[in-house]
Amino acid sequence: MTETGASSHPVAGTDKDVLVKVENLQKYFPVQTTSLFRRNHDQVHAVDGVTLEVRRGETLGLVGETGCGKSTLARCIARLCDVSAGRVIFDGRDITGLTPRQMRPLRREMQIIFQDPYGSLNPRRRVGSIIGDPFALHGIADGAERKRKVQEVMELVGLKPEHFNRFPAEFSGGQRQRIGVARALALRPKLIICDEPVSALDVSIQAQIINLLVDLQREFNLTYLFIAHDLSVVRHVSDRVAVMYLGKVAELAPAEDLYQVPRHPYSNALLSAVPVPDPKKSSDRHQIILIGDVPSPIDPPAGCRFHPRCPKAQERCATEEPALASVLGDSAEHVTACHFPVEKGDDLSNTARVSVPPNGSQAT
Amino acid sequence: MALLEVSDLHVSFPTPDGVVRAVRGLSFAVETGKTLGIVGESGSGKSVATQTIMGLTRGARVSGQALFEGIDLLAMSPKELRSVRGAQVGMIFQDPLSSLHPYYRVGWQIIEMIRNNHHEISKAKARERAVELLRLVGIPQPDRRVDDFPHQFSGGMRQRAMIAMAMSLNPKLLIADEPTTALDVTVQAQVLQVMRRLQEEFGTAIILITHDLGVVAEVADDVVVMYAGSTMEKADRYETFGAPHHPYTEGLLQSLPAYGGERERLRPIPGQPPSLINLPGGCPFHPRCPYVMDRCRAEMPPLFEVGGNPAHTSACWLSRDQVERAALRTKVVGQPLAAPAVP
Ligand SMILES: Nc1ncnc2c1ncn2[C@@H]1O[C@H](COP(=O)(O)OP(=O)(O)OP(=O)(O)O)[C@@H](O)[C@H]1O
Ligand SMILES: Nc1ncnc2c1ncn2[C@@H]1O[C@H](COP(=O)(O)OP(=O)(O)OP(=O)(O)O)[C@@H](O)[C@H]1O
Ligand code: SF4
Ligand code: SF4
Ligand SMILES: [Mg+2]
Ligand SMILES: [Mg+2]
Repeated sequence: MTETGASSHPVAGTDKDVLVKVENLQKYFPVQTTSLFRRNHDQVHAVDGVTLEVRRGETLGLVGETGCGKSTLARCIARLCDVSAGRVIFDGRDITGLTPRQMRPLRREMQIIFQDPYGSLNPRRRVGSIIGDPFALHGIADGAERKRKVQEVMELVGLKPEHFNRFPAEFSGGQRQRIGVARALALRPKLIICDEPVSALDVSIQAQIINLLVDLQREFNLTYLFIAHDLSVVRHVSDRVAVMYLGKVAELAPAEDLYQVPRHPYSNALLSAVPVPDPKKSSDRHQIILIGDVPSPIDPPAGCRFHPRCPKAQERCATEEPALASVLGDSAEHVTACHFPVEKGDDLSNTARVSVPPNGSQAT
Repeated sequence: MALLEVSDLHVSFPTPDGVVRAVRGLSFAVETGKTLGIVGESGSGKSVATQTIMGLTRGARVSGQALFEGIDLLAMSPKELRSVRGAQVGMIFQDPLSSLHPYYRVGWQIIEMIRNNHHEISKAKARERAVELLRLVGIPQPDRRVDDFPHQFSGGMRQRAMIAMAMSLNPKLLIADEPTTALDVTVQAQVLQVMRRLQEEFGTAIILITHDLGVVAEVADDVVVMYAGSTMEKADRYETFGAPHHPYTEGLLQSLPAYGGERERLRPIPGQPPSLINLPGGCPFHPRCPYVMDRCRAEMPPLFEVGGNPAHTSACWLSRDQVERAALRTKVVGQPLAAPAVP
């Protein structure tokens, strides 16, 4: 790596196999309130003390409830926004306090693929110049050479190089998502953050894009942080998966472990809610339906944040926050933040707490 | 008689590059109290078709019929259609923010919706009804949250508020276009349950458009599979997932991740969707179909009855005998249809 600014320095003792390390990361957003009397300091605790690492060459899946802070965490890692507290270490360097200018040389090493293949591409610009952006931004390659490089990337992601001069509107949703992939890949970054990269596409195009991402990862030893709501897609692509709830990591484990022996009650609820594409099976599935909404991230519950909705909650949960640790003899790789982790045979669906009240209103 | 019966719907958009033929001869019917799932390729005309029925497409050439309780919606004046929308047919759009106005309180928007259609209802009564609806869709403390602005709701809550609004006039039909795509699976399950409950209570018919085959398998009674603006296959959900006839339906199901321990490659349908300006002749799926025959390139197949079941139709020239069809699948695709994965 080259010069990354004076304030970043190698961090002693960082594992060589770790590309991204996030330590006790917090990101708060100020809340605007209209009330006259509450000249307050209310803040949205979007990410509230996350510690995790993304290892070189792996895919770390990130799942969790709508609004739990996944995209915000990703934006903090890519330093697309400031961090409120904690540290982000990228490739052995602390990048937490870098200014946008100091971040610039690092930008090419981390890229984001966004969810919306329609909204994220400027309709008035030709595809070739959109994919060429990263080259232009970093002053790499000019004129004919840039065009050659762009066409190379286009070919790599399965776009026809002769479509260089076309506009985004002339491409299908799947092809547009390929344009996003091409742009992210142009400068051979080390890390690609995929934020819901396929959820707007039909399943066949989803499969094409996922195969493409997997192939590219093998070829260029890419590291992915993969955010998605579709748990079967996450299972397919991820080596490890982190489950977030209300700004915190609830459970983190190798993908197979998480899907086979989910320990956190929230992970269990999440997995039980996955709809099965087989009508014969879906009727006899034991679904744990959570009642109530995600509590407000402005004023998160004390103790375990999941306790107001947790089928296993006990008194201790309301006061004492559980730490991430390996539980019930799980490997050190499988950590769960819960005082009463789920064991095989626990029946979460039988609890009064999780049955949906007739009028659906009584969130506890 | 079906509640809504769409027949031979065509929608095309003249553009500088040529005419985009977004919907080509679409027919389907929805019965009271039933859910019709519409799945299919991105850009196959699912949104355009349903929006056209409700008079919400601009600058399009439209032909065909959409009989709602026997009256053709496509022949109605904009004013007549407005009275159908909301009162008779509720719509949930994919992006809940675009349909909730950011400047007005959620409850106020529901109250207005009710009072615009029922002038005799007092403000207080309408408000009561709004609170009741928010409670019905599972918003906690609805009597307080009714005064919130949309941005004070989480994504899942906004989506449910949209459903409350769409249901506020007890519509006979609810059109839900990707209602849960932006939601995590637990919130999705809540939203689907709310829709089901409303259906049971009011006998509402639902058209559910989604890419999530799991959701369709779970809630749709019947399924329409679309490709390039036309219906490829129509059947009940058991047939659609258990014994699909059309090669496109089969391709979709095979694209889903399946688990055998090892991470195997996914099996997407090869090739790219066709341009709607220059559609291939004959069967629109023929350039990507593993079963393609000469006839497919020349002639567009009509919807045929499959396996002697009048409720199962497929627009494909392959044998309509399910045993022969299955044998052919083993021969051409090389394997029986994989059982879908349970994550
Ligand atoms: N710029 C912002 N200002 C204020 N609050 C914000 C901002 N960005 C995000 N938030 C809030 O932070 C929380 C986390 O949002 P984020 O977008 O990270 O969630 P997410 O997990 O990506 O959700 P989804 O699955 O719906 O995409 C939410 O409560 C959101 O409302
Ligand atoms: N106003 C318009 N002018 C020209 N073409 C249009 C217009 N509106 C839609 N189209 C085209 O019509 C086709 C059908 O679009 P539609 O939005 O119905 O697809 P869809 O099946 O809903 O796809 P998705 O699953 O991605 O939502 C697309 O190719 C789209 O680009
Ligand atoms: S700590 Fe208690 S409330 Fe939290 S998840 Fe575990 S059992 Fe539930
Ligand atoms: S009609 Fe021919 S090309 Fe079309 S789906 Fe059937 S076999 Fe394939
Ligand atoms: Mg997000
Ligand atoms: Mg659509």
